[in-house]
Amino acid sequence: MRRLLLALLLAGAAAGGVAREAPPAAADPALEARVMALAATLRCLVCQNETLADSGADLAADLRRQIREKLAAGESEDAVVAYLVARYGDFVLYRPPFKATTLLLWLGPFVLLAAAFGFLALYLSRRRRQQLAGGGLDAAQRARAREILGEPPQSP
Amino acid sequence: MAKARFLIPFGVFVALVILLGSGLKLDPREVPSPLVGKLAPPFSLPQLDRPEAKISQQDMLGKVWLLNVWASWCVSCRDEHPVLLEFAKTGVVPVVGLNYKDQRAEGLRWLSQFGNPYRVSAFDSDGLVGIDYGVYGVPETFVIDKHGFVRYKQIGALTPEAIRKKILPLVKELEAGA
Repeated sequence: MRRLLLALLLAGAAAGGVAREAPPAAADPALEARVMALAATLRCLVCQNETLADSGADLAADLRRQIREKLAAGESEDAVVAYLVARYGDFVLYRPPFKATTLLLWLGPFVLLAAAFGFLALYLSRRRRQQLAGGGLDAAQRARAREILGEPPQSP
Repeated sequence: MAKARFLIPFGVFVALVILLGSGLKLDPREVPSPLVGKLAPPFSLPQLDRPEAKISQQDMLGKVWLLNVWASWCVSCRDEHPVLLEFAKTGVVPVVGLNYKDQRAEGLRWLSQFGNPYRVSAFDSDGLVGIDYGVYGVPETFVIDKHGFVRYKQIGALTPEAIRKKILPLVKELEAGA
């Protein structure tokens, strides 16, 4: 009796699993691969740290369907991206385009790197100059330093 | 001069605080709409309460109007609703609803339960018009001018403050314009 109950329960669970709605996908695996590859480069507007490919949001599913339909209708990847950018702005792109408003974004790190190297060069050259000039000590200070270090006084 | 050097890290610190502090004030959920300044995307949808009749953005040409995206499943729409009702009561400009990815019966029940601020609601069951309008977080509200150009997009619920500070001045300006 218990076994029968268990079997019924398991059957019910399995049926529940089967009855779940399958995610919409193109019949053609090559097309589906293109859809997912493109969706992986686009941002989901609802959960902003997820790509359209990964997101479980309702809107992401709708947008994947739009992408699928458009690619199936023979539109190019670029056309689909343009379609989404026209509606949601550059924000949907995980790789923002290079233009006036994104200049700082793209070039900022290089500017900082160049500035850091500039400061480093400045610092090194200044230290070298100081060393050449005797470490920044005058004769009296040098004599005092020798005294402290216990070295015999030396005439330079 | 030697003393002033100690101020450099302090200055860098203050600059960082200002930079990060201003970053805190930005809301990443408010994605600037590329639609502002462009023609409102065309649509022709069945009306929510009269499936046989259509509503299109063309029908509103010549008027300044608000397009409010709402749904019965949307929680913030419930917060927004009294504000919208109050605004509709003043009759400044017509408010058209876009019932987004909803069930017709649910939407109608919502309106009869909470009141109907809309002149008419378009029924966008598959959300395709929503996609055309770049909707990603209901509620959203668009201000559209007499020539059919989108002038402003509010993401999230309208508040009395947003209406007073943003919507009303803009509407007044657009109404005065040719």
